[in-house]
Amino acid sequence: MPRVDLSVDLGGMKLRSPLVTASGCFASGREMSEFIDLKKLGAIVVKSMTLKPWAGKATPRMAETSSGMLNAIGLQNKGVDHFLSTDLPWLTEQKVPVIASIAGNTTQEFMQVAERLRSAPIHAVEVNISCPNLEDRNNMFAHDPQSTSAVISAVRRMVDVPIFAKLSPNVTSLTAIAGAALEAGAAGLSLINTVMAMSIDVDSAMPKVAGVVGGLSGPAIKPIAVRAVFEVHQAYPHVPIIGMGGVMDARDVIEFVLAGASAVALGTVNFINPKAGHEILSDLGQFLSSRKVGSLAAMRGQVKVEG
Amino acid sequence: MAEILNHRKLGDEYHSLTIVAPEIAEAAKPGQFVNLRPPTDRSYLLRRPFSIFRVNRRGNVAATVEVVFDIRGPGTAALAAMRRHEPIDIVGPIGRSFTIPKTQHSCLLVGGGVGATPLFFLGEELQNAGKRVDVLWGAATASRLVAPIEAKRLGAVAAFTTDDGSEGHHGLITEVLGEMIERCGTEVIYTCGPRQMMASVTKIALEFGIPAQVAMEELMGCGIGVCMTCVTPVWNRDGTGIANVRTCVDGPVFNGARIAWDRYAKEEAAAALPAGN
Ligand SMILES: Cc1cc2nc3c(=O)[nH]c(=O)nc-3n(C[C@H](O)[C@H](O)[C@H](O)COP(=O)(O)OP(=O)(O)OC[C@H]3O[C@@H](n4cnc5c(N)ncnc54)[C@H](O)[C@@H]3O)c2cc1C
Ligand SMILES: Cc1cc2nc3c(=O)[nH]c(=O)nc-3n(C[C@H](O)[C@H](O)[C@H](O)COP(=O)(O)O)c2cc1C
Ligand code: FES
Repeated sequence: MPRVDLSVDLGGMKLRSPLVTASGCFASGREMSEFIDLKKLGAIVVKSMTLKPWAGKATPRMAETSSGMLNAIGLQNKGVDHFLSTDLPWLTEQKVPVIASIAGNTTQEFMQVAERLRSAPIHAVEVNISCPNLEDRNNMFAHDPQSTSAVISAVRRMVDVPIFAKLSPNVTSLTAIAGAALEAGAAGLSLINTVMAMSIDVDSAMPKVAGVVGGLSGPAIKPIAVRAVFEVHQAYPHVPIIGMGGVMDARDVIEFVLAGASAVALGTVNFINPKAGHEILSDLGQFLSSRKVGSLAAMRGQVKVEG
Repeated sequence: MAEILNHRKLGDEYHSLTIVAPEIAEAAKPGQFVNLRPPTDRSYLLRRPFSIFRVNRRGNVAATVEVVFDIRGPGTAALAAMRRHEPIDIVGPIGRSFTIPKTQHSCLLVGGGVGATPLFFLGEELQNAGKRVDVLWGAATASRLVAPIEAKRLGAVAAFTTDDGSEGHHGLITEVLGEMIERCGTEVIYTCGPRQMMASVTKIALEFGIPAQVAMEELMGCGIGVCMTCVTPVWNRDGTGIANVRTCVDGPVFNGARIAWDRYAKEEAAAALPAGN
């Protein structure tokens, strides 16, 4: 089998695998390390962290839907200080690049989390702006170009590592938000966060998740995610993109790369197959060599569209 | 991939799958569960958690774990259609187990409906440790009692309750629990079943001044501790605050006294922000 090159360049970071983890679907890697060798991943994007610990929402927090799952976890996490004191030292020993995902309810809070990370041994920061903005009637930051810009530039002032803005697909013009994030100093974009959705139990007339509405993930959202990556890549062809949403196998990864993703994140698939990170990587190698393609990176954005 | 050694009906309502999984069988402790991937297309993706009903380690390389379940929806329907020798994707054993008491001797197992499942494995281990075991099973109707004949064999005293009076006491478990505790000289209670039942069992146990170990059930996204779907509200040790603790890996067995039972009712009423994830 000819050797294929699966390494990718993600905004200056050289990743040995194109597969990274989707925030919130891998915790900080410790539990998953019982199933897979973390070194085989391109990077670990950890669960979003906030300034103080967040308790999250009431249960039920999840509902299975056709080819997907709806979740309303409410960003339960132990806070940035716990990450720094407990998770990061362990992760650093695993010799895998770490991308810290941060969240907050005010621009100030994002900035304070970023400040704590300033001198930490992380490779990048992913800014989860799919959070309600308390200063803007709980509108999500990611739904408004001004809020997006404010958060990204605040974080930019705090850290020197590359910043990825994680965008929400629940907007009218994704490229406008992407533009605002890039102008404010984002080095790259992560696409997409979950799709806002709702399920109702017809027997009880109650929403299926206590949070009433939640975020949809899994194969159900893949076409939405591929469209988002394609659209943004067309508008900003030189910007690195972490593509995600419903990836289940190697063909899905290729699909995201053809649309314009530089790296691809695995989310919900980890729940279904905790060894997915390994299996998909090995299938990718086979896929490329069977088609005599030498490098995955060369396929980026190569979808054949007229015009 | 593991292999199904046997699929049988257990009474009228329940299916039993015996799965060849030596590593899981060797490591398994009572109260732990396995996460099975039903063989469906991509419409239903998530794994389904099932308590370990029994293990058989005699087979060595063919050591097995057995799960018992009833058909609830597409996942259990697909599992119920599986046959002998089919491959099955299994993760486990997962979670914190029941603990065998060091000092106390007399143990009462209280199972509601299909919740009785993990208590068989526990009962055997308790007996192996030389403990007295009594059982109290409740269900909606006689056919929904899990393996009642085996339960009778397991318990020094075995009692049943049914909502419709078709077997044993006509009514709820909690109506006869006090009497059972007195009659059996119960020193520790182990329970698994509907949340309301476990809340009441815990309350009665505490009134008698005896500990209750409860096996909680929650919806699970991953079953391996990474998604934060499955949390149970648990009082911290000094009783000053409540933390949302993962049921899959920090449970499913908890000290009943530590669970913030009334949080569930309160939270159902609470409104929520339109936040994601
Ligand atoms: C730790 C644990 C141990 C369990 N042990 C047993 C057992 O020994 N025997 C048994 O019959 N059942 C057991 N259950 C419940 C069992 O997991 C569900 O009945 C099953 O997942 C239903 O799947 P379904 O597709 O048939 O139903 P659906 O209702 O269509 O399932 C939809 C979704 O909800 C989840 N779900 C539905 N009901 C439950 C439930 N009660 N608990 C958790 N998730 C649920 C499913 O996993 C799925 O993701 C256990 C649950 C847990 C958490
Ligand atoms: C249970 C769960 C928790 C999540 N938590 C976060 C989070 O904390 N931060 C974040 O940016 N995205 C979070 N996400 C979104 C994922 O990172 C990802 O964007 C989305 O699930 C789409 O990918 P998938 O279909 O492969 O899961 C979460 C998703 C799920 C299912
Ligand atoms: S089910 Fe995912 S953390 Fe417990």
